[in-house]
Amino acid sequence: MKATERILNILIFTFLYAPLLVMVVFSFNASKSTAVLSGFSFYWYKELFASSDTITALQNTLILAVASATIATVLGLIAAVGIFRMRSKPLRNTVMTITDIPMMNPDIVTGVSLMLLFVFIGRLLGLANSLSFITLLIAHITFNLPYAILNILPKLRQTDRNLSYAAMDLGCTPVKAFFKVTMPAIRPGVLAAWLMGFTLSLDDFVISYYTNGASFQTLPLKIFAMTKKTVKPDMYALSSLIFITILVLLILVNILQSKSQKDNNRTLKKE
Amino acid sequence: MKKTLFPLLLVTMLALVMLCSSCGSEPTEEEVVFDPEALTGTYSREYEGTSINVFNWGEYISDGTEGTLDVNAAFEELTGIKVNYTNYESNEAMYTKMKSGAVSYDIVIPSDYMIQRMISEGMLQKLDFSKIDNYENVLPEYRGLYFDPEDAYSVPYTVGMTGLIYNTTMVEETPTSWGIMWDERYADDILTFNNSRDAFSLAQLLLGQDVNSTNIADWDAAADKLKEQNAVLQARVMDEVFNKMEAGNAAIAAYYAGDYLIMVEENEDLAFVYPEEGTVFFVDSICIPSNAQNYEAALMYINFLLETQIATANAEAIAYASPLINVRENEDYYYYQNEVLYPTEMPELQYFTDLPVDVRTYYENLWEEILRESE
Repeated sequence: MKATERILNILIFTFLYAPLLVMVVFSFNASKSTAVLSGFSFYWYKELFASSDTITALQNTLILAVASATIATVLGLIAAVGIFRMRSKPLRNTVMTITDIPMMNPDIVTGVSLMLLFVFIGRLLGLANSLSFITLLIAHITFNLPYAILNILPKLRQTDRNLSYAAMDLGCTPVKAFFKVTMPAIRPGVLAAWLMGFTLSLDDFVISYYTNGASFQTLPLKIFAMTKKTVKPDMYALSSLIFITILVLLILVNILQSKSQKDNNRTLKKE
Repeated sequence: MKKTLFPLLLVTMLALVMLCSSCGSEPTEEEVVFDPEALTGTYSREYEGTSINVFNWGEYISDGTEGTLDVNAAFEELTGIKVNYTNYESNEAMYTKMKSGAVSYDIVIPSDYMIQRMISEGMLQKLDFSKIDNYENVLPEYRGLYFDPEDAYSVPYTVGMTGLIYNTTMVEETPTSWGIMWDERYADDILTFNNSRDAFSLAQLLLGQDVNSTNIADWDAAADKLKEQNAVLQARVMDEVFNKMEAGNAAIAAYYAGDYLIMVEENEDLAFVYPEEGTVFFVDSICIPSNAQNYEAALMYINFLLETQIATANAEAIAYASPLINVRENEDYYYYQNEVLYPTEMPELQYFTDLPVDVRTYYENLWEEILRESE
């Protein structure tokens, strides 16, 4: 039984990580070929930074991911608090369903419908460029928002409502009570919401394809446009860098979280 | 502890952004340097602070990698005009994006048949050739082409031809005909195009047809020929052809001449030939869309692309043939007098023109049938 379990585990992890491994290996390839390994070199990592074009696309992608994740988290936090405090259960359920729908919706439908909306508004306003960075940002916030709410709401449910009442009793304003009492309790949820938004935005292709404008291109769009010729290994280098950055960040988050958990347990024991 | 997490993340991300932008300006050793002294056109800083939106094929410009010239950066440095550079992967994708009316570009570089369609739909505007003094570099044979007979809307950027690539260790003879792509001796070692128009053209050339035939019977005959080919094909590919040919996984492939030059650098056993039946030819030309916002700056950009050092850098990066005399006569040009790009004896050439919708639908249906049968 244990042996099959182990084999299954190995298989699963091979399938998950083999493609990434191959990409990382080829990013260190000395030649241009993606078929023949001809030696170890950092050449493509150096090349990567030589193209202003690629760097602009990377910068665009990161700016968009940080901005959309941050705005979606703030909006999601506000929305989650609002939903949490709703008195009527049917109303709360309705609102939850409505926020869930964009998540279930296929990307292509979201992308096309957002584009139609932006073009329609752009025509009304008489804009020459109805698609721009702003529309791309709005689109990314749109698909990040349900995930933000979904991450924050369960954390809110776990909190004790009376704690914030107690804080207000002791002289806090409602806002102060929220930041002093509720916020620390739901912080992991908020952080998870931000991280999820960041990664979703980072790798979104379909929605960006329909909503990007003439002056702002993200990395996934740039890589897709390379399919007529061949994708050069500098893209493997870039993808490897992104993968390693995310991996390190996640490990860091986990370490810090388990540490703070231990701290909490210790203080609980002392009490 | 947790308090530090979120700002920490943000700082890391921002640091990454900063790091990237600082690395971008670091020069590499053998870098080609932009020389403003050598320019022949006239450029002003009149439009400094404005920007132009350039919409081009992916990997279709010299972008500063591998010690080449960064064309867009050079233009920005020279004129102070910011270049917003974005890419598309096919003529059709570019057409759809522009047709949505949601975006305005100042420069697009479509292929011949697409230019014909865009002109007829009023999507392009006439160029003021008095502002493009480097236009004199365009060779006479690339002027007045069928899609723009009066030379009013377009300036050629690259030209290319389809040819036969083969691996000399696997193919003994020197192929002379497209017929070798039907040869049973090389069964399972043959690659053809995975797009209908290019794949059909090979059968049409072999059958001696006009690739722009509007006669349904011609298309039927070509389709039968392609069905026959199913038995010997290894795969229908586009950019996978690079890997397969470089690694020696296939013996024969039809692809664009310039791309052969990239493959042969990785595998010197590869050879190239233009079959005797002739071949098809494409031109990608620079145009200005009718809803461009910065017409004057766009003209300046076109003029800039025709400069010897710029056009040479682009021709080397793309590896397709250049329609410019100043590039072809430049002895420093990496592909100077290259027999593949500039054959002394030109093969017989046919252009793809934009076909009527009913013919297009007809052959697309045939194509679906061929693909179904190959499964």
